[in-house]
Amino acid sequence: METKNIMIVGVGGQGSLLASKLLGTLLVSEGYDVKVSEVHGMSQRGGSVVTYVRFGDKVYSPVISEGEADFIVSFEKLEAARHAACLKKDGKIIVNLQEIDPMPVVTGAAEYPNAVVDELKSKGVFVDGIDALSLATEAGSAKAVNIVLMARVAKYFDIPYEKWIAAIEKTVKPQFVELNKKAFEIGYNY
Amino acid sequence: MKKLMLGNEAIARGLYEAGVTVVSSYPGTPSTEITEFAAKYDDIYCEWAPNEKVACEVAFGASLRGARTACAMKHVGLNVAADPLFTLSYTGVNGGLVVIVADDPAMHSSQNEQDSRHYAIASKVPMLEPADSMEAKEFIKEAYKISEEYDTPVLFRMCTRIAHSQSTVELCDREEKEVAPYTKNAQKYIMAPANAVRRHPFVEERTKKLSTLGETSPLNRVEMGGTDIGIICAGTCYQYVKEVFGDSVSVLKLGLINPLPVDLIKNFASKVNKLYVIEELDGIIEGHLNSIGVPCIGKSMFPPIGEFNQNTIRRAFGMDVQAGVTASSEVPVRPPVMCPGCPHRGLFYAIAKHKITCLGDIGCYTLGSAAPLFALDSTLCMGASVSGIHGFNKAAADMSDKTVCVIGDSTFMHSGMTGLVNIAYNNSNSTVIILDNSITGMTGHQQNPTTGYNIKGDPAAAVNLEELCKSLGIQRVRVVDPYNIKECEDAILEELAAEAPSVIISRRPCALLKYVKHQSPVKVNPDKCVGCKACMKIGCPAISMKDGKAFVDFTQCVGCDVCTQMCHVNAFETEGR
Repeated sequence: METKNIMIVGVGGQGSLLASKLLGTLLVSEGYDVKVSEVHGMSQRGGSVVTYVRFGDKVYSPVISEGEADFIVSFEKLEAARHAACLKKDGKIIVNLQEIDPMPVVTGAAEYPNAVVDELKSKGVFVDGIDALSLATEAGSAKAVNIVLMARVAKYFDIPYEKWIAAIEKTVKPQFVELNKKAFEIGYNY
Repeated sequence: MKKLMLGNEAIARGLYEAGVTVVSSYPGTPSTEITEFAAKYDDIYCEWAPNEKVACEVAFGASLRGARTACAMKHVGLNVAADPLFTLSYTGVNGGLVVIVADDPAMHSSQNEQDSRHYAIASKVPMLEPADSMEAKEFIKEAYKISEEYDTPVLFRMCTRIAHSQSTVELCDREEKEVAPYTKNAQKYIMAPANAVRRHPFVEERTKKLSTLGETSPLNRVEMGGTDIGIICAGTCYQYVKEVFGDSVSVLKLGLINPLPVDLIKNFASKVNKLYVIEELDGIIEGHLNSIGVPCIGKSMFPPIGEFNQNTIRRAFGMDVQAGVTASSEVPVRPPVMCPGCPHRGLFYAIAKHKITCLGDIGCYTLGSAAPLFALDSTLCMGASVSGIHGFNKAAADMSDKTVCVIGDSTFMHSGMTGLVNIAYNNSNSTVIILDNSITGMTGHQQNPTTGYNIKGDPAAAVNLEELCKSLGIQRVRVVDPYNIKECEDAILEELAAEAPSVIISRRPCALLKYVKHQSPVKVNPDKCVGCKACMKIGCPAISMKDGKAFVDFTQCVGCDVCTQMCHVNAFETEGR
């Protein structure tokens, strides 16, 4: 099988590391060779963060470069646009439509590009936009945005629902398992 | 058993399996998790040392006593630990000793992009470099064998993409190592000139033997494929090469990257038509090929700057790179920022408001240099703020009443203390601000000697910063709460006016610490807000302007109330407190 590439992008502190851990655990249990590349340190402090998940028969590089991503899962609207150049021609963007102002917007040095998602769509990019924040809040915590988005990703994979739930049980702290299972259910059935 | 493991976690596993019993480190991205994961094994004694030099010397002591030992650090940490390293090369070891150093090409979280391989060459110490997590674990065990067999410390090079990438690892059992007996051996361990002159020839001889090892060791391996192109590489570059070329080219993958083999390279070169060396940062392997007279193409095709990926190689070889779509709107950058409720914010605002020159240091507070605070004038290396302000004020006295320096609690323990001694001893009218957030923040919350806890989270002796500064010779020491802007301003202006060295301790624990209780968020009363943007001057990510009025994101606000002190019309309201 050709290596598949999933990029998880967002803003530091949104929980993308847990999402990549969940995907990694799931894909290993499915028998794939898996590489996950993360960012730590300074880039976590509210900055733009990128995590790469690659799986297949044999994966070499831990990173995803321009034109290579099968999926870009974006936790924030403009972050999807920032990394869109990494998307394959027939790749898919799954984006949480939440807007988080970066510092240049906060200070008034730049404007938030509200139209980015529509711009990408008009250029023929497949964009699946959802309000993951509201769905996560419905599940019981705004912090479950990551799991809601993973549930959305699950729709595009042939891996059974129960396997995803099993991976959640393996990766999430015991006290948060129920909350996250609910978030997954809501995201999956949305 | 197979497990998906971070490179750094795999190193910790390797330390465990190799029977290591003592690990001492100072945190630094991308090396921090090595020691954090090692600390989870009860069989390994782990600690945070105040700095990398101390950590390396602890490892020296543990090795001298006969234990297998390690210290881990980021690339710039090795600058600090270079002093013990260079002479450890002469003494050699009793128990195996590995110095793990993590480079950060592209400077994801670093102040420079130095290539640690230079240290291996300069200190004449062997260096290993893995290309994934499995190799990281296995190479660590190999490193201990080399260390003990060749009587040498071993450098172990990681880089961000290996350290912070997860790949599958096959776990093995721990090999229990008895602590080797200690016998006094002055000729080997007392590096006074008379002994050192006898050890230097040993070092040169050892390097020759290690070169021979590199000719046949499985650490270096040839993967023959198409013979039109041959590529020599190590670490991440090996992965990028295989990604792009698969088996269509031949590859010499180096794992023992110092000293480099000669015959193995010459032999490989003879089997391929065109030879390339692909390496991130400096052209070190290429330089070796030049010195042994093997023609190759390297840095003329690949930059000495930044990180590579598979497309770097595709472009260099003129292959197609499929470019994705971009949005038409300009996408504003999203730099890292100080968190909502960060205790540094109020203090930095006080500095910025009075246009005070401020020498900075290494930590989260380096972010005070960014918009809109622009509070810093310099950031060099750990501790340089304190030593630097002394020189700044000695060079000309005219700015000493409007210049301060800032340094974090962990950085002060690391290498700020000696600078402060210098200020007291050589008497400069300098004002030092210690940003005491009760943790090592930027690297992800590691304990340090001021926090009262050790790496395991158990209670430990705590340095009293006030008493420490006084005992170092500073008479004027005071503590302020950085959530109180006025208190910060008053303290800074008073200490700048005083004709004596002084220390201000800005004390408030990091807002991300679990034990810190947050207040309920503030809310803007839109009827009161006049949209003057005074609250925007502190650069809090929880505050933005919506429809001409300030707006506070309740999911981010921790109720630090610094913004309320900025407002001239009392538009911030605190319901239910």
